[in-house]
Amino acid sequence: MSGTQDPGSNDGGKSAPELDEIDTGNVAHDAPHGYKGVLSEHARHEIDHWLTKFPPDRKRSAVIAALRAVQHDIGGYLTKESMDAVAEYIGLPPIQVYEVATFYSMFETKPVGRHSISVCTNISCMLCGGEDMLSHVEKRLGIKVGESTPDGRFFLKREEECLAACNNAPMMMVDHVYYENLTPEKIDEILDRHK
Amino acid sequence: MSDEVNIEVNGVPMKARKGQMVIQVTDANDVYVPRFCYHEKLPIAANCRMCLVEVEKAPKPMPACATPVAEGMKVFTKSPKAIAAQRAVMEFLLINHPLDCPICDQGGECELQDLAMGFGRDISRYSERKRVVKDKNLGPLVSTDMTRCIHCTRCVRFTQDVQGFQELGTVGRGEMTEIGTFIEKSVDHELSANIIDLCPVGALNNKPYRYRARAWEMTQHPLISPHDAVGTNIYAHVLRGRVMRIVPRANEDVNETWIADRDRFSYQGIYSDDRLLKPSIRENGVLQETDWETALQKVAEKLGRIAKQHGGGQIGAIASPNSTLEELHLLARVTRGLGSANLDHRLRRSDFRDDASDPLFPSLGVAIKDLETANSVLIVGSNIRKEVPLLAHRIRKAALKGGKVSFINAQRYDYLFPVAGYLASNGIGSLDHLVAVAAAAVNASGKPAPASIASLVGQAQPNDTHKAIAQQLSEGERRLILLGAIAQRDPAFADLRLVASALAEVTGATLGYLPEGGNAVGAHIVGFLPGRTVGGQAVSAPGLNVADMLAAKLKAYIVFGAIEPKLDIASDAASAAFEGAEFVVALSPYSTAAQFADVVLPIGTFAETAGTYVNLEGRWQSVPGAASPVGEARPGWKVLRVLGNLLNLPGFEYTAADQVTAEIRKIVDEAGAFTAKAATRTLQAKTAGATVVRDVPIYQVDAMVRRSAALQNTREGRETVRGQNA
Repeated sequence: MSGTQDPGSNDGGKSAPELDEIDTGNVAHDAPHGYKGVLSEHARHEIDHWLTKFPPDRKRSAVIAALRAVQHDIGGYLTKESMDAVAEYIGLPPIQVYEVATFYSMFETKPVGRHSISVCTNISCMLCGGEDMLSHVEKRLGIKVGESTPDGRFFLKREEECLAACNNAPMMMVDHVYYENLTPEKIDEILDRHK
Repeated sequence: MSDEVNIEVNGVPMKARKGQMVIQVTDANDVYVPRFCYHEKLPIAANCRMCLVEVEKAPKPMPACATPVAEGMKVFTKSPKAIAAQRAVMEFLLINHPLDCPICDQGGECELQDLAMGFGRDISRYSERKRVVKDKNLGPLVSTDMTRCIHCTRCVRFTQDVQGFQELGTVGRGEMTEIGTFIEKSVDHELSANIIDLCPVGALNNKPYRYRARAWEMTQHPLISPHDAVGTNIYAHVLRGRVMRIVPRANEDVNETWIADRDRFSYQGIYSDDRLLKPSIRENGVLQETDWETALQKVAEKLGRIAKQHGGGQIGAIASPNSTLEELHLLARVTRGLGSANLDHRLRRSDFRDDASDPLFPSLGVAIKDLETANSVLIVGSNIRKEVPLLAHRIRKAALKGGKVSFINAQRYDYLFPVAGYLASNGIGSLDHLVAVAAAAVNASGKPAPASIASLVGQAQPNDTHKAIAQQLSEGERRLILLGAIAQRDPAFADLRLVASALAEVTGATLGYLPEGGNAVGAHIVGFLPGRTVGGQAVSAPGLNVADMLAAKLKAYIVFGAIEPKLDIASDAASAAFEGAEFVVALSPYSTAAQFADVVLPIGTFAETAGTYVNLEGRWQSVPGAASPVGEARPGWKVLRVLGNLLNLPGFEYTAADQVTAEIRKIVDEAGAFTAKAATRTLQAKTAGATVVRDVPIYQVDAMVRRSAALQNTREGRETVRGQNA
């Protein structure tokens, strides 16, 4: 709402207590360092990197980056355990991590294939053959949009909106990496690379 | 620079403080602005948009809850532009709201229903299907109908900001947004059920009350919750003489707008299956029901005879600290009339060594609302969130404002706010920690140690935490040392208190208590104690305290209130004492009294009797009874009045409870100021070993709470039961 100040809105307003000082009780006491079995060394390193970018009392800001790192790390979707681990590692109540994970369409909270494919069919891509590219992917993988391959290798995600690569349409995104100027041959080659 | 801002609302000039939001100014001046998400006790979210108002020179309507006042601002709450905006928001909110008011418990007391009357259209322009949201299971206290939710996020903000640990959240996005816990999980905080009152629609409701009554057919009666010494103000909603539910009664000075779950759901204990319905008398070992007259005659005759034959000193009276002031006073008068000074209500105490240096009553030391601005609090021996949930909430506010809160406890408890120092036992007793803090304070002050602890202080070796706590207690304006229930149950309570008083003396902090029981303070005031009478006046011949009178195996006992010896009395001599006694009379709401008494008299619970409760600030709060007593139960004070008459004791002509209250008032006023005797003991040797933890789980504190099925079904309640069976 333009022109309106929303003080204390959900994202860490001034009323938010300093979370690093708060012993969040349930988390800390029920599962001491439970994250260790869930978060890999690499994921923890990645989260640490993002934590340095925000002030100590705004750790909540690192949740998106942390979840992205963890989702890639553990095979394409977020389990309850992995979200709890992120919450514990950053020092937040688990629900605050669930909120972020369910809000953003880039996060999967249900089991899906480990490589996520989004083929753009928005206007520019559509005009340049995006829909043909999509049916090629569907035919090759034998699944429809929204489904995963039975071997758990690919997940064909329902595309959300234009991914802003219209200059090189048609395009698709695999594991959040852009592939542009697509042809069926190029798609085959890209998919072959993702094991 | 002045903080004052002048604004104009609907053409009326109003004064405001800088930084206030428009809605705070209109509320203070009785100008109504509709709202759903705004709540004065919660952080501002501005997400329902119902409070849109017109502000001069602003291009669009502004939310009154999130628009700060500015000098010369002109606000219109009822202009065509404002009304149009409010009506438009209302229409959006109703798109997905089900039309199930006739079967909704919120019907008749629903903010959405009320505002739809004021701002809604009489017909919907939307023919699309309404969305349906799956209900969540939030545990045994709160029922959910999530399709009704309008996403105001009051409940979410409550769990985050008031509880201190966010349990609910907004899951999903856009039309798929739902309020919930995401995973199957109950809300477990001890204040969680306040989300029932916060919810402006019927999404979150009172689970035990579900479909029991309609709001408009009940009558509302003020009551005081008897489960802790806060004196929480509540309303009982009563239908045909029966309490259907309990809701908060706002009192900024005591409980604000909140009540603990214990205060809200304990009423189920009033209608427990084992309520006593008729008086009964033990004949040849078997209890047989009888009428009031026979039973009371029997009690008067038995007690009179024992007093005559063996002397009044062979009679002991034990009362629940949850009894009313009037009940305690009359029972004290009856007992003293029989010639006995054996009176006590401190059932879970085991150390009575320095009774003589007790204050008039165990007071918090400050007003409850002033806890919020405490600079430093040292809490000794208290699981404060579970003992006095509403004080924990005030102390949490102090901690979030920068107050330094520290604990000395025999074990670690969760606290949900920043803690400056936590000294858990770790094999060292709480007393030793307290001595070390006192030693640190003495060293820092440079003054000689108070005589009572001088020799101990010399031996103590304070570490950095002890020093930090001592330092904090010497800084700032409002500093408190609070002795909690666990400290008061400690076998070395007298020593703890002696060191705490010395620490208070050295640092200048105030020594306060968190007394156990809803009316422990009242019991002190009327002198329901072996060594004192009303107003703290000393008695010539002190009687026995609860532990001694049970150990002494007296001839007769009067047991008043819902006391279950094994659970409520610390002394394990109780069962044997009652068994061996010639005569035991129990005045109780519950039939468990039949296990140990020879005459059982059914009395009303807190909701069924007029009475006064004095809270830990010393605040007298009198309320009339709310519900009709179950069966033939009678208010305790009436039973005692008749008993007084039957014993031919003088001055038992009361016709109403407030005559008793007035009498107590008069004696207290005439007694004049009370000065506690300073303890003259000095501590020499260090105590050995760790303190024994005598914690009582939150839903086990008294017989009524133990009978609330809803509370026993909470995570906390189930874990307690599992712990006991293990």
